[in-house]
Amino acid sequence: MHLDFILHDEEYQKIRALIERLRKDSNGRIVFLLDRNGQPVAYTGEMAEIDPTALASLAAGNVAATEGLAQLVGEQEFANLYHEGERDSLHLSVVGRRMILIVIFDERSSLGLVRLRVRKAAAELIPLLEEVERRGASEASQVQLEAAFAGITDADLDALFND
Amino acid sequence: MAFINYATREINCKIVYYGPGLGGKTTNIQHIYEKTSAAAKGKLISLATETDRTLFFDFLPLELGAIRGLRTRFHLYTVPGQVFYDASRRLILKGADGVVFVADSQESRLEANVESLQNMLEALKQHKIDIKTLPYALQLNKRDLPTSLPPEELRRHLLFDGEPVFEAVAVKGIGVFDTLKAVARLILMRLKGH
Repeated sequence: MHLDFILHDEEYQKIRALIERLRKDSNGRIVFLLDRNGQPVAYTGEMAEIDPTALASLAAGNVAATEGLAQLVGEQEFANLYHEGERDSLHLSVVGRRMILIVIFDERSSLGLVRLRVRKAAAELIPLLEEVERRGASEASQVQLEAAFAGITDADLDALFND
Repeated sequence: MAFINYATREINCKIVYYGPGLGGKTTNIQHIYEKTSAAAKGKLISLATETDRTLFFDFLPLELGAIRGLRTRFHLYTVPGQVFYDASRRLILKGADGVVFVADSQESRLEANVESLQNMLEALKQHKIDIKTLPYALQLNKRDLPTSLPPEELRRHLLFDGEPVFEAVAVKGIGVFDTLKAVARLILMRLKGH
């Protein structure tokens, strides 16, 4: 049975603070953290014109496809991907076992700076994400989850689909 | 696996539509997109070939409302049905909270259905997902075609173990929401711990 990924407020705020620091340090426009299944976890920066759900789904697909390519040529994965545009560029980096960190940047930054700052931020992020996993897998957290859903009735579920 | 964010009071689940090529997976998602209010749906993304065959996946995020104070989001994905896209299919199935198998009811597609189902079971096994505990529904699509086999015969070949089965005509929207609702319900019930 696979475990769900449960994020509590305390760790969420720590993650937010960390990615905001990365955005400032790297002069990036946007920093975005998602899980490898394509779920957005946290983001910061100029997101007004970007659909976060679409970004997460496509980025996860991109990383998954690239990982498939890596394995074809005998690599475990390509941990960093870079897409260069005329105005904006994207740096995607696999963090730990299940997360992807994206930095979107323009001419105010550079690939070298972004890579350097991402490496530093990832080193801090990994233990934080491990803590999230430990806490999420704990019995107390599973009990809390079940309690949150315990009262769900058929009527609640029907209501979800009636609009 | 579902992603529960207590900070933003959200729950995100992934539902994958699996099945043979041209069986109606994309049509299911397109119907859901068309019939869902603008506020409840995100952008529909289709990574398709020039001839509109799914190349990598279709993706539709739905936010159906709050349940016990948690905003409930379902991310719907289709896999590419054509046999040679096996590697892509496996990637998309990863992390699925629920799966819908869209079978093509036509007699000529029976073998393709059986092969695709077998392919799905292998991919699930690879991801260490147990079909017995996975929220799963079988949809028998294209029931309106004269060449379709009787539902009993399809069940005999495709039914796994007591999963809910829906007869559908996805191009007309028949059975589409019933199928989605059943899988969504099973996912939420699993979270409830039953």
